[in-house]
Amino acid sequence: MYAFEFERPKTVEDAVAALKSDEAQALGGGQTLIPTLKSRLAAPAKLVSLQGIDTMKFVKAEGGVLSVGGGTPHAVVAAEAAKSYPGLAALAGNIGDPSVRNKGTVGGSLANNDPSACYPSAALASGATIVTDHREIAADDFFDGLFTTALEEGEIITEVRFPIPEAANYQKFEQPASRFALVGVFVAKFSDGVRVAVTGASGDGVFRWTEAEEALSKSFTPEALKELTVDDSDMIEDLHGSAAYRAHLVKVMTGRAVAAAG
Amino acid sequence: MPKVSMNVNGKAVSGEVEGRTLLVEFLRETLGLTGTHVGCDTSQCGACTVHIGGKSIKSCSTFALDCEGAEVTTIEGMANADGSLSTMQQAFQDHHGLQCGFCTPGMVMAATALLKENPKPSEAEVRHYLQGNICRCTGYHNIVKAILAASGQDVSAIAAE
Ligand SMILES: Cc1cc2nc3c(=O)[nH]c(=O)nc-3n(C[C@H](O)[C@H](O)[C@H](O)COP(=O)(O)OP(=O)(O)OC[C@H]3O[C@@H](n4cnc5c(N)ncnc54)[C@H](O)[C@@H]3O)c2cc1C
Ligand code: FES
Ligand code: FES
Repeated sequence: MYAFEFERPKTVEDAVAALKSDEAQALGGGQTLIPTLKSRLAAPAKLVSLQGIDTMKFVKAEGGVLSVGGGTPHAVVAAEAAKSYPGLAALAGNIGDPSVRNKGTVGGSLANNDPSACYPSAALASGATIVTDHREIAADDFFDGLFTTALEEGEIITEVRFPIPEAANYQKFEQPASRFALVGVFVAKFSDGVRVAVTGASGDGVFRWTEAEEALSKSFTPEALKELTVDDSDMIEDLHGSAAYRAHLVKVMTGRAVAAAG
Repeated sequence: MPKVSMNVNGKAVSGEVEGRTLLVEFLRETLGLTGTHVGCDTSQCGACTVHIGGKSIKSCSTFALDCEGAEVTTIEGMANADGSLSTMQQAFQDHHGLQCGFCTPGMVMAATALLKENPKPSEAEVRHYLQGNICRCTGYHNIVKAILAASGQDVSAIAAE
């Protein structure tokens, strides 16, 4: 790691101010950023830790919406959202391993937008709102391709609001070495339609599978997907799986998610 | 250099660190607590597992300065007050849950955190919980057995494969 200054503000306002300086970067749980710093793929002059900001750590369900503070670790979401939004809690409870879940945060996961990360699919399928220090961004406008989001320089995710679906499920086909999603599909059924978001598969990051959404909105059964095919031209192709394999998995995992959501 | 203060194994400690100093470096190099191991340094193996506020974390992927005011417990804080081994440590010894011992501090810390959350886990739950802890020697079988035994469950039916 190259050397950097370290600040640990106690409020969002102080963090925003600290992030205004040149080459400053936010630090969430560090479960992605610290390995990145170690391999010298990032060289900030200053790290601004968000871990000391208590107002960014909460889970509350109210009026059909689950609100999660941007600094809330995965393990806390897994435990505290289990009753209100079990599909999301199960996703959070299966990220990495227990130690990763005790540190990694929802804000860090969404800001990072790793093409194989789990949370982006939940945010997109739920039609979540990403709340930052100065605005609200719809999930549909937030993810901007590989490791890219609508966030501006120094902008902090303070809260994520997930509308709670009638039924939902996340199916993750694990890449066994990294435990990230080789392909992950989040299916969310609302009274006005179904949303399906796919992670791990596309070189452009998380996306909505709209054909499946239409079919499932008519009939919420795995059979409704039967006639559909997934185009493999944008799929990731690497040593863990070919593009065709990933495209195939998208359909299989969507079917499993629908069956499990019931 | 900035100063950091925390509580490690019940004792108030402090020291000067850089921004980039990892918690595991502070524990091993500043405090001389070398029981916490570094296996991979890339957050995969769990040899560096310690507790913060009773919850397991990887000390190779945590900055010392982010632990300001924290309650940290390492393997050196596991034994009973009279110096005898904790139930978990004793179970590892009784069930031959270690060979070279390199992964053991992390295994004991992870396993202790598990029983705090889930006092009577099933074998499947133990194995799932240990996903972030790698052992190159034992094949895990006796580690799982030791943890089940430490939770007070009968392990006589589990074959010693
Ligand atoms: C062994 C291992 C296994 C893992 N397995 C999985 C998995 O199966 N699925 C999965 O989805 N993830 C997995 N992860 C990643 C994990 O979920 C990370 O916690 C997450 O991707 C990043 O969150 P963080 O809080 O640690 O962010 P950090 O690493 O601290 O930061 C990541 C990026 O986000 C920025 N950032 C952080 N917080 C905010 C914020 N509030 N607002 C704006 N920007 C912010 C940082 O500047 C940085 O650019 C794994 C990680 C490890 C080490
Ligand atoms: S040394 Fe920390 S996880 Fe391997
Ligand atoms: S006992 Fe040798 S690595 Fe586990």
